[in-house]
Amino acid sequence: MLGYIARRMMLAVPVLIGILLVTFFLVRLIPGEPCRAILGEKATAESCERFNEANGLNEPLPVQLGIYMARVAQGDLGESIRFSRPVTQILIERLPQTIELAVAGLTLAVLIGVPLGVLAARRHNTATDVGAMAVANVGVSMPVFWLGLMLAYVFALVLRDTPFALPPSGRLSAGVTSTPFYEVWQWTLTEGSVWSKFLEFVGNHVIFNSLITGQWEVLWDAIKHLILPAVALATIPMSIITRMTRSSLLEVMGRDYIRTARAKGASEPRVVGRHAFRNAILPVATIVGLQLGALLGGAVLTETIFNLSGVGRSLFEAITSRDYPIIQGFTVVIATIYVAVNLVVDISYGYLDPRIRLK
Amino acid sequence: MVDETLPGRDAAIGGEVSRVEAFEALAANQDLTEKPTSVWRLGLRRFVHRRNGVAGMIIVGFMALVAIFAPVIAPYDPTEVLIGKEDVSKREPPCIHLLGCDESKPQHIMGTDGNVRDFFSRIVHGSRVSLTLGFSTVTVAIVIGAFLGAIAGYWGGWIDNITMRIMDVILGFPALILAIAIVAALGPGIRNALIAIAIVSIPQYARVMRASVLTIKEVDYVAASRALGANPWRILATRILPNSLTPLVVLGTLGIATVILEAAGLGFLGLGAQPPQAEWGSMLAAERNQVFSAPHLVFFPGLAIMLTVLGFNLMGDGLRDALDPTLNE
Repeated sequence: MLGYIARRMMLAVPVLIGILLVTFFLVRLIPGEPCRAILGEKATAESCERFNEANGLNEPLPVQLGIYMARVAQGDLGESIRFSRPVTQILIERLPQTIELAVAGLTLAVLIGVPLGVLAARRHNTATDVGAMAVANVGVSMPVFWLGLMLAYVFALVLRDTPFALPPSGRLSAGVTSTPFYEVWQWTLTEGSVWSKFLEFVGNHVIFNSLITGQWEVLWDAIKHLILPAVALATIPMSIITRMTRSSLLEVMGRDYIRTARAKGASEPRVVGRHAFRNAILPVATIVGLQLGALLGGAVLTETIFNLSGVGRSLFEAITSRDYPIIQGFTVVIATIYVAVNLVVDISYGYLDPRIRLK
Repeated sequence: MVDETLPGRDAAIGGEVSRVEAFEALAANQDLTEKPTSVWRLGLRRFVHRRNGVAGMIIVGFMALVAIFAPVIAPYDPTEVLIGKEDVSKREPPCIHLLGCDESKPQHIMGTDGNVRDFFSRIVHGSRVSLTLGFSTVTVAIVIGAFLGAIAGYWGGWIDNITMRIMDVILGFPALILAIAIVAALGPGIRNALIAIAIVSIPQYARVMRASVLTIKEVDYVAASRALGANPWRILATRILPNSLTPLVVLGTLGIATVILEAAGLGFLGLGAQPPQAEWGSMLAAERNQVFSAPHLVFFPGLAIMLTVLGFNLMGDGLRDALDPTLNE
C-alpha cells in the first residue's frame, strides 16, 4: 500500500511542474503591458521602467521563471500588482469562500446523486428510472450561470415575501459579521506568524467558524446565502453522479456473485447494500474527484453571479486587470487542489479496491 | 431483441463477442461495409430503437434547421436597432398577437433586449454561432487528439511518454479555468475561444485514440499488413483509424455538448463572442443585471443553450449504446 501511495505521488510531481510552467508562460502571453493596466494608459516610459524594475518584469524570461519557481517552492506567490498585497494574504481571505462553496456543492451532489442513481437502478425501466434519468439529462445540460440567475429570480423575487425567500448575492447580510474563533476564545497570537495566518485562514470559513463558536445567527445567515450558489453549482456534478451510480450498479447487479448472494438467500437490501453497492461505488468515487474540476471551473461563473469574492471571481477580475501574480498564484493553487484531490481519490481507490494497488 | 432477427454473424456481434472480435469481423469485410453486416449499419438499427438517441437527434436536427434557415425564420435582422423604427422601447416583455397581445403593437415573441433589438431574431441567429463553434471546436480537437493519440500509441516509448505527460498537465487544470487563462492570453473573441476550448478537449480524444491503437495494433491483420511491408502511416490510416472511429464519434458527440456549454460560459464572462454578435452566452451576460426586471432576456438564451446541449447529450448516449457492442444488454 505504501509503495502504491508513493508511486501515485511521484506521478503527480511532473504534472505539478507542468502546471507551474504552463501558468507562467500563459500569463506572459497576456497582451498589453501590466504597467499600463495598473498605472493607466498614459503612463510614461520612465514610470513603466521603474514599475517593471520593481516587479522584476525586466529580467529575461528564464531568470523570471527561475525566481518564480524558487519562490513558489518557499510558499511565496508574489505580491498582487493591483492591491499591493501578498497573493497568499488574498488567498487566505478568498479561498475559504470557494472551499465552502465547492464542499457544499459536492456534498449536495453526492447526497442527492448517489441515492437517486441507486433508486433508478433498483427500479430499472420503470417510470422512476425514466424520471430520474430525465432529471439527470436535463441537469447535465444546464448552464451554471443560467440556473444561478433563474434561482435568484425565483427565490429572491417571486418568493420574496414567503418563508422560502433566499438572498441572491453576497456571503452575509449587511450588518452580520462573523467573529473568528481565536478572538472569541481570546487566543494570543503573534502578528504575521505562519500559525496566525493559518488560524486566520481557518477562521475565514464562516460556516465552520460560526458552527464551532456557536454564533448561530451568523451560521444561519451564511447558510441561507450559500444555498442558491451551492444548488446552481451542484446540478451538473449531481446529474453526472446519478448517471454513473445507476449504470455502475446496473452493471454490478448482473454479476455472478450477486446471483450467488441471492441464491444463498440473502435479503434484497442486503444483496444491494453489502454486495452490489460496495462494488458499484468504486467508479463513482473517481467521478466525484473529477467533478471537483467542474466545480472549481463553475465557481468562476457562480461567484460572478452571486457576487461572492472567492478565488474564481478574483481570478477572472485579475485577468481583466492583468494582475500577473494573482493570475499565476490562483491558477496554480486551484490546479494544485484539483490534482491533490484526485491523488487522494486515486489512493483511496487503491485502498477500496486491492486489485488496483497490485497492478 | 433486434439482433435475433438478424442472421449469422450479426447476432454474434450483438451478443457476447468482445469489441475487438467485432472489429475483427468488420475488418475482415472491409469491402463489404455497405452491406447490413457493418457495425455502423447494425448500430443504426439499434440507435433507432433507443428513445433517448432519437429524441436527441430530433432536437439536434431541429436546432440545425433553425441555424440553416435562420435568416428565413428570424423576422428581423439580429443586430438591427429598432428604436425610432417601431413603437417599442427597450426590454419589452414578449408580445405575441395570438396570445392576446394588442394587435396595434409590433409582434416580438421574445420581447426586445436592452438595445431595442428583436430578441427572437437574436436567439435564432445565436444557434448558428453555438452549432458552428461546437462542431468546429470538436473537429479540431478530434483531429489533433486522434493524431497525437495515434502516434503515441503506435510508436510508444519516449514519444508516448512526452505526449501523454503533456496531456496529463492539461487535464491537471479544471477545464474552464485553463480555457479562461488561454483566452486571456490570446485575447477575447470567438476564434480564440475555439482554440482554448479545443486545447482543453484534446486530451480525452488523445487518450481514447491511444487506448484503441494499443489494442488494435496487436491484432493479426495489422501484423499481416506490417509483414507485407506497409509503412506505419498507411497502417494507421487504413487499418487502425477506421476501427477506432466508433469511440471517437461517440465521445465527439458528447464533446459537442460540453463545448457548447463551455463556449457559452466564456461568452458569459465576456471572453467569447463579442457584441453585437448574437451569441447566447454573451446575450445572457449583457442582460444579467436586469434579471429581476426583464427575466425573459435571461430565460430564453439559457433555455436555448440547455436544449441544444441536451440534444447532443441524448444523441451521444444513444450512439454509445448503439455502437458499442460490449454495452449491448
